[in-house]
Amino acid sequence: MKQVVRVAAGQGFWGDWLEAPRRQVEGGPVDYLMLDYLAEVTMSILQKQKERDPKMGYARDFIGAMDSVLPAVVDRGVRVIANAGGVNPVACAEAVRELAKARGTAGRVKIGVVTGDDLLPRLDDLAARGHALANMETGEPLSTVRDRVLSANAYIGSTPIVEALAQGAQIVVTGRSTDTALTMAPLRYEFGWAPDDWNRLAAGIVAGHIIECGAQCSGGNCLLDWRDIPDLANVGYPIVSASPDGTFEISKHPGTGGRISVPTVTEQLVYEMGDPHSYITPDVVADFTTIRLESAGEDRVRVFGIGGRPPTQFLKVSIAYRAGFKAVGTLVYSWPDALEKAQLADRVLRERIDRLGLRFDKILTEFVGATATHGALAGAPNADLPEVQFRIGVRGEDKAAVERFTREIAPLVLNGPPSVTGFAGGRPKVEEIVAYWPALIDKTEVQTAVEVIS
Amino acid sequence: MKVRLVDIAHARSGDKGDTANVGVIAKRQEWYALLARELTEKRVADHFRGSIEGDVKRYELPNLGALNFLLFGALDGGGTLSLKTDAQGKVFSTALLRMSLDVPDAEARQLDLPVAP
Repeated sequence: MKQVVRVAAGQGFWGDWLEAPRRQVEGGPVDYLMLDYLAEVTMSILQKQKERDPKMGYARDFIGAMDSVLPAVVDRGVRVIANAGGVNPVACAEAVRELAKARGTAGRVKIGVVTGDDLLPRLDDLAARGHALANMETGEPLSTVRDRVLSANAYIGSTPIVEALAQGAQIVVTGRSTDTALTMAPLRYEFGWAPDDWNRLAAGIVAGHIIECGAQCSGGNCLLDWRDIPDLANVGYPIVSASPDGTFEISKHPGTGGRISVPTVTEQLVYEMGDPHSYITPDVVADFTTIRLESAGEDRVRVFGIGGRPPTQFLKVSIAYRAGFKAVGTLVYSWPDALEKAQLADRVLRERIDRLGLRFDKILTEFVGATATHGALAGAPNADLPEVQFRIGVRGEDKAAVERFTREIAPLVLNGPPSVTGFAGGRPKVEEIVAYWPALIDKTEVQTAVEVIS
Repeated sequence: MKVRLVDIAHARSGDKGDTANVGVIAKRQEWYALLARELTEKRVADHFRGSIEGDVKRYELPNLGALNFLLFGALDGGGTLSLKTDAQGKVFSTALLRMSLDVPDAEARQLDLPVAP
């Protein structure tokens, strides 16, 4: 058994730094490259793409990332684990196979595909058998929006990824695996952790949580001493170096920028945290109040002491549904009295919306540069502000009303308050809202499958 | 003595649906007890009154020198529904750090707290 397994994070979301995967495999020795592509609404975007083209529905960035790391995979045995499969993991794996063929390495790469998370084709059957898939926030049954559902995927855990690795896959592609399972699975596989070794599984989950947002634990978006964080242009993405006992260190490649310290890791640990006693995953419930951190040298933090307990009988389900339309328009007003001018523009625009009889579920005005993000907490705005952005958004079921709203912004430039600019972007775009519906389902309803292709 | 929270703590925030979370971290471990005593659910709820629609729930992480606050109904529906600039609650962290605390002078000296400018 290996005494240390190194898992490097190369993407924290779909749209993250394209350079990062290659830098992670070329910057020093690593055993696994972990790429996390899926956020809550990503699945629905991919589902829309799949409806247009049945060969799509996965994170296309992944193919470019694989192209950049293929030599390391083929020649040095670095294994890749990614939830890039989205709503079409099979098509994603086939695209990777085509890439390997084009690069002349087809016979030397085994690709594992994890399926079974997609519940969309089964929703009516599940409803018929009494699964309400009630919204975890509101308690409403899914039947209230059933005809508008775009995608439905269960968050699945580490077990099918471990199986794919055991079958020899060098590249494992999944659909809606949890972000943390992508890191925990290779540790469980390499160290042979039992499926009820709660403390070690929890340690793997905490390792996954720390690196799942890429550089957000290695100096990116770090508030503490942000001016002094070195060389962010060359920021190093994090690497977990884990031991069989479940302790691990977070570090980054030598010569890279950013910082790994107890505070930078702590900021990431609290990111998107709920109840820290119960970080629930399909594999284990991790207790974040047990985590111990200590510095283990420059840009190196040791993590230990982590406790876990058995998981629940449920899996979380990520459902996306069409929820109307929205548009946001902006104009910029300049000194003198920039905020007052922007406030007058808001009153004028709202009166016109009223007279047109446009009805929305919500109209929201913000004054960027004065109160947009901190509201009243920002205190009384400085009367001498050089400029203020007037930002107004509407949302509603009636697409035509939202369209009409978008025509009311530009006229203000000539027929509203003075000293206005910043309209070069043109009319605001009407966006269809795809909203998120979190639910729970009994684990026994979800069977995953693993296939290895070469 | 007035102590600015931004001088003694750092923070990061994020979202889960319509809930924002703010993790507040003591800059020095010995300042954690002060944060735990002063940053009650009620004080944080008062701070955000008018900015959020729901309650505030607090969790303690003494092991990390941190407190985690959940701010319910903070994001105009959250995610893609929200019309807010900060639809994902990314800067509720710094909004919370605008708080200041009244600390007895002797305690402030003993803890070596930075004096507000």
